[in-house]
Amino acid sequence: MNTTAPRKPDGGRPAGRQRRGRGGAHRVSAAPYLFLTPAVVLFTLFTAVPVGYTVYLSLRKIKVSGLGLGKGSRQEVFVGLDNYVAAIGDAELWAGWLRVLGYGTLVLVVMLGLALLFALLLDSAHVRLARFSRIAIFLPYAVPGVVATLLWGFLYLPSLSPITKVIEIDLLGSGTVVFSMANVAIWGGVGFNMLVLYTTLRAVPRSYYEAARIDGASELQIALRIKIPILTPAIILTTVFSIIATIQVFTEPTALRPLTNTISSTWSPLMKVYRDAFVTGDLYSAAATSIVIAGVSLILSFGFLRVVRNRAFGEG
Amino acid sequence: MAMSAATHRVLRRRGPLGVGPTVILLLGAVYCLFPVSWVVVAATKSRAELFTTAAFAPGTGLLSNIADLAAYRDGVFWLWMLNTILYAGGGALLSTAVSAVSGYALAKYRFPGRNLIFNILIGGVLVPAVVLAIPQYLLFSRIGLADTYWSVLLPQILHPYSIYLARIYATAAVPDSLLEAARIDGAGHWLTLRRVALPLMVPGMVTIFLFQFVAIWNNFLLPFIMLGDDQKFPLTVGLYTLLAAGANQPSLYNLIITGAMISLIPLIALFLTMQRYWRADLSSGSVKA
Repeated sequence: MNTTAPRKPDGGRPAGRQRRGRGGAHRVSAAPYLFLTPAVVLFTLFTAVPVGYTVYLSLRKIKVSGLGLGKGSRQEVFVGLDNYVAAIGDAELWAGWLRVLGYGTLVLVVMLGLALLFALLLDSAHVRLARFSRIAIFLPYAVPGVVATLLWGFLYLPSLSPITKVIEIDLLGSGTVVFSMANVAIWGGVGFNMLVLYTTLRAVPRSYYEAARIDGASELQIALRIKIPILTPAIILTTVFSIIATIQVFTEPTALRPLTNTISSTWSPLMKVYRDAFVTGDLYSAAATSIVIAGVSLILSFGFLRVVRNRAFGEG
Repeated sequence: MAMSAATHRVLRRRGPLGVGPTVILLLGAVYCLFPVSWVVVAATKSRAELFTTAAFAPGTGLLSNIADLAAYRDGVFWLWMLNTILYAGGGALLSTAVSAVSGYALAKYRFPGRNLIFNILIGGVLVPAVVLAIPQYLLFSRIGLADTYWSVLLPQILHPYSIYLARIYATAAVPDSLLEAARIDGAGHWLTLRRVALPLMVPGMVTIFLFQFVAIWNNFLLPFIMLGDDQKFPLTVGLYTLLAAGANQPSLYNLIITGAMISLIPLIALFLTMQRYWRADLSSGSVKA
């Protein structure tokens, strides 16, 4: 127990200060492990075990012998990477990847672009009604994806839409539905990303900008030369999180499906996983596909980080 | 230094360039408020008014819409509301407790395995929900817990981002000198955590609670996969089934619209009253306004 631990004889203030950053007034004991036990147990039960189970399932398959009618005729067997090979060769899944690539690029560019623009404008010195705008733009964060899709879905429906009364366009047609869906995701995500960037900017001492202003820099120059570089780590982080979320798009297309027949049940890779697992009952290929989706998320996130690091911090 | 705040205020008030940025931000605000304000107005319309009157003209059917919604399947909508509050409130409370204690341990102790445990816990953020939801369902069914409240509550307690935030808050808000003082005064680890560290971490914990509350409130995939019994649905899954059932029956639109409108009230209220805690500061633990 720390109560009996003798005080360090040379534990004077200067030494203590030097040791700052190594963190911790306490000595090694069982306490931190006890404090971390709930998190580690939860991680094991609800992350590690399910991941392991998915990998296990993805390597197996039901083998049907004979007509598949008798009791022992359906057997789970180890099939190695067969399910992965099937997933990678699956044309339906590829079509889903392509749709999500187009959708995701649109969402990422517009959503993060708007978030950055709004954050910079909010932080600039000359804006009126900034508080109102900030709260209003952040408000969609409080709207669940399903409800957001439902609201916009009704706004797209020809019988109800105030939009199609102004512009004659079928917002749920096969050519436009991707944009309509992207709009839902952009609407729902722009506020949160704006807040992340904005709070990062607010943490910067104002004196940085005063100095630049005294040197004659314009607001635009301050934004481009000082604020964006300061924001770079936060932009990278929000981009990575957005990439992961976009690859796994499920809620928006699923909730929009009842309103249009232009969205198939395998529109996105994750929807195909859901269909395989719960509609057609092929857990094994669903497991393999979900590992593939996870792999693609990781490769894209790390690939992005790598590219950015080389560009921003690389020495040529 | 003292002058800079005043200069800043003057610039803010007198700025000559205020029009463009202000207009752009207001356009953003209008875009973000558009669907929400539409649903508030649409919920007041009777069945006939919904398809005939102008989109933003208030109607006369709000009370009968609410009565219809309350009567739908013996009031299952209110049950969805209560379930959502239970999932989000209970889950966020547990999540905040687990995150705060873990974050404190990771920030204020040095012990073998600290970085390893932190990296593993944070690494969870890279595991897509999809890889987890299906096996979680299968494992829960094995132990007979699928389609129960537990199956939605338990998997949402641990959140890597909350632990990350809690660690940052603990580092910034709990001075080592105070812990040292508590130690010299003879307080044990648990007492120090409860009486010294946690009170200092409260503002950060409120933020973690809010983020977790919203994340669970908004979650669709997990309850959609876990639950079959509509008495246990949260609002997201309930409204989705209502939409799936009513999309081809315009007579049900009023029900769906009113349900969507009412489902927004609790979160928006929480959101507006807790304004100052909504910070997503990733780079520092500062929690002052």
